[in-house]
Amino acid sequence: MSSETQQILTTDGIPLSVSLKKAERKNKIKAFLLVVPLLLFLIITYILPIGDMFMRSIDDKMVTNMLPKTFTAMEKWDGKEMPPEEVFAGFYTDFKILVKNKEHGKLAQRLNKEKNGFNSIIKKLFRQVQRNKIDEGQSIKEQIMKVHKRWRDVEYWQAIKRTAPPYTTAKYLKGVDMYYGPDGNILQVEEDRRIHRILWLRTLEIAFFVTLFSFLMGYPIAHLLATLPMKYSNLLMICVLLPFWTSLLVRTASWMILLQQQGIVNDFFVMIGLVADDNRPEMMYNKVGTYVAMTQILLPFMVLPLYSVMKTISPSLMRAGKSLGGTPFVAFWKIYFPLTIPGIGAGCLLVFILAIGYYITPALVGGASGTLISNQIAYHMKTTLDWSFASAMGLMLLTGVLVVYWVYNKLVGVDNIKLG
Amino acid sequence: MALPKYTETRYRVWHYSYLFICACVFIFLIAPLFVIFPLSFNAEEFLVFSEGMKNLDPDAFSLRWYKDMIYGTKNPWGLAAKNSFIIAIFATIGSIILGTLAALGLSSRYMPYKGIIMATLISPMIVPLIISGVAIFFFMAKAGLAATHTGIVLAHIILGTPFVVITVTATLTGFDHSVTRAASSLGSNPVNTFMKITLPLILPGVISGGLFAFVTSFDEVVVVLFLAGLENTTIPIQMWTGLREQLSPTILAVATCLIVLSTLILVSAELLRRRSERLRGINR
Repeated sequence: MSSETQQILTTDGIPLSVSLKKAERKNKIKAFLLVVPLLLFLIITYILPIGDMFMRSIDDKMVTNMLPKTFTAMEKWDGKEMPPEEVFAGFYTDFKILVKNKEHGKLAQRLNKEKNGFNSIIKKLFRQVQRNKIDEGQSIKEQIMKVHKRWRDVEYWQAIKRTAPPYTTAKYLKGVDMYYGPDGNILQVEEDRRIHRILWLRTLEIAFFVTLFSFLMGYPIAHLLATLPMKYSNLLMICVLLPFWTSLLVRTASWMILLQQQGIVNDFFVMIGLVADDNRPEMMYNKVGTYVAMTQILLPFMVLPLYSVMKTISPSLMRAGKSLGGTPFVAFWKIYFPLTIPGIGAGCLLVFILAIGYYITPALVGGASGTLISNQIAYHMKTTLDWSFASAMGLMLLTGVLVVYWVYNKLVGVDNIKLG
Repeated sequence: MALPKYTETRYRVWHYSYLFICACVFIFLIAPLFVIFPLSFNAEEFLVFSEGMKNLDPDAFSLRWYKDMIYGTKNPWGLAAKNSFIIAIFATIGSIILGTLAALGLSSRYMPYKGIIMATLISPMIVPLIISGVAIFFFMAKAGLAATHTGIVLAHIILGTPFVVITVTATLTGFDHSVTRAASSLGSNPVNTFMKITLPLILPGVISGGLFAFVTSFDEVVVVLFLAGLENTTIPIQMWTGLREQLSPTILAVATCLIVLSTLILVSAELLRRRSERLRGINR
C-alpha cells in the first residue's frame, strides 16, 4: 500500500506529498502573517521595553564613563594600600574633563551613595582645580592628598574602584535591604531601616489574604449561580457583573464613604449596639479597609472562572454520590469539590496576580499600611527618579508573578482561563 | 431551590445558612454601588446621609453637584471626559483591528508556535499593571510619545488587545470553516469572504472584546499616571487626584454617571454574548 501511495502524482507531475507540504507551508505563512502586526507591535512597545528595564536595573556605566583613565590605571593597583601616582594622575585628568563639562556634581552624588563623605571632598578638589592650584609638573598624588585628609584615606579609593564595573546587582540587593560592604561582601542594612522587606511581606500578605477571602466568599455564590435555574441566576449574575464592569475608582470611592467614621457601616454597628456612638472604630486608613475594598473589587475575578467550571458539572453526579450512600457533605467533598479545582486554580491565580500588583485601592483606603511594593515602584519612578531601582523592583515582582504562574501551569494548566 | 420534604433538620439548617451566606456576599458585592446614588444628590457638602435625606425631605436633595460637574468654575471634568472618550475610542479601534487579525491567525490549524505566541500576545494581561506601566513609559519616553494622546492610545492598545484576542479566539472555536471555503469556491476573494462571511459571524465576539478593551482604557489609571501630562488628564486621573485630596460630592456625581455607563456596557455585553451563543449554535 505505502509504496503505491508514494507514487501518487498531481496533474503537474509533482508527488502529492510534496505538493501537500507546499500548500501547508503556504497556509502556515498565511496564518503567521495575520499574527505579525500585533506580535511586532507588542515586541517593540512592550516586550523589548521590559528588556530595557532589565538593562537599566543593572546599568552602572555612569562612573565607568566618567573616569576611564582612573580605572585603566587602577587595574594595576592591588586595592590594599594607597594607589600609586598613575592612578592619581589618571583621576586628575578625568576630573579636569568633568569640571570642564560641569559634571563633577553628578560624580560626587554617585560616589557619595557608595561611601558617605565624597560630596565635600570632591567639592574641595573642584575648587582647587578651578583655581589652577594643582601644579602638573609635580607629583599629583601629593597635591591631591593635601586637599583633604579623606583623600589620604585608602577606603575612599577602594570605594571609587568598586564603581568601576559597568554593571551592578546593587539595585537588586537594595530591593531586599542589603548592600555591598567595603570588601565587596553582602551586608544587611540596619534593623530599623529595612523598609523594603516589610513592603514585600506586606504585599504578599495582602495578596494572600485577599485571595483567600475572595475564595471563601466566591465559592458559595458561584455554586449558587451554577445550580439555580437560569431565570434566577441571570438576575443574580448582574450582582457579579455590574461591579466587574464598574470603574475601580468608583468602587474605591464608595468604600471610602461606607467605611468612614461617620459612615454607614459604623452607623449600622452603632445601631445594633456593637460599638458605642462615641467610640466608633477606625475602619479606613488601615488594613481592614484594604482587605474589605480589595476583596470586593477582586471578587468577580474569582466568581467568573469558578462559575464557568461549575456550570459544566452535571448535577446527576452529586445525586449518584448520594444514592450510593454518601452524605451530602461526603458527596460534595469527594465528587463536586475535586471537579471544581481548575476553576479554583484559575480564580485564585487571577485574584492573586491582580492583587500583588495593586496599588490604587490600598493607596486610597490603606493609609500608611496601604503602601505596597507597587507604590514604592511608582514613587521611585515619579518622585526620586531612581528609574534603575524602580526597574529592579519591578523585575523582582515580575519574577515572583511568573513563578506563581509557572506553578499554576504545572498544577492546573493555563488553558482554563476564561472570561465570563 | 426548594428542599424535599424528607430533608433532615441539620441539612435544612445548613441549606438556609448557605443561602444566607450567599445573600450576604451578593449584598457585599452590589450594595457599595448603591450608596453613591443618593449621596450624589445630597444638597449639603458632607458625604453622610443628612437628617433631611433620612426623612426623604425633598429640600435635602439637589442637583448642585451635577451642575458643579458640568458648569463648575475651572472644573477639570469636561476636558477629562473628552480625553477619556477620545483615547478609549481610538484604543478600542486599534485593539479590535490588531486583536481580530491575530485571533484569526491563531485559530488557524496551520499556525506554528501557537503556545508561545499566544503567551506573548496575552502577556500584558498577566504582567502586573505597574510593571507594564514602567516598561511602556520607558518606550514612550524614548519614542518621544510621553504626555501625548498618541502615546496613551498606544499604551491602551497594548493593554486592550489581549481581551480581543481571547474573546475572538473563543468565538472562532465554534466556527465552521467550510462556509469560507464555500465562499472561495464560489469565486470570492479572501477580503470579500472575510467581510461578507467571517466578520458577520464573529462580530459578537469582536464587539464584546472591543467592550473589554474600551472599559480597560476608560478605567485605566496606573499606566496613564506615568504617561499623562496636564493636557492628557482623563476621568480616572481626575478621580484619583480628587479622592487623594478630598472626597467631594462632585466626584460622586461623576461616579454615578460612570455607574450608569457601566450598566449600559454590561447590558450590551450580555446581549452580545447571548447572540453569539445563538449564532454558534450553543444551547443552554
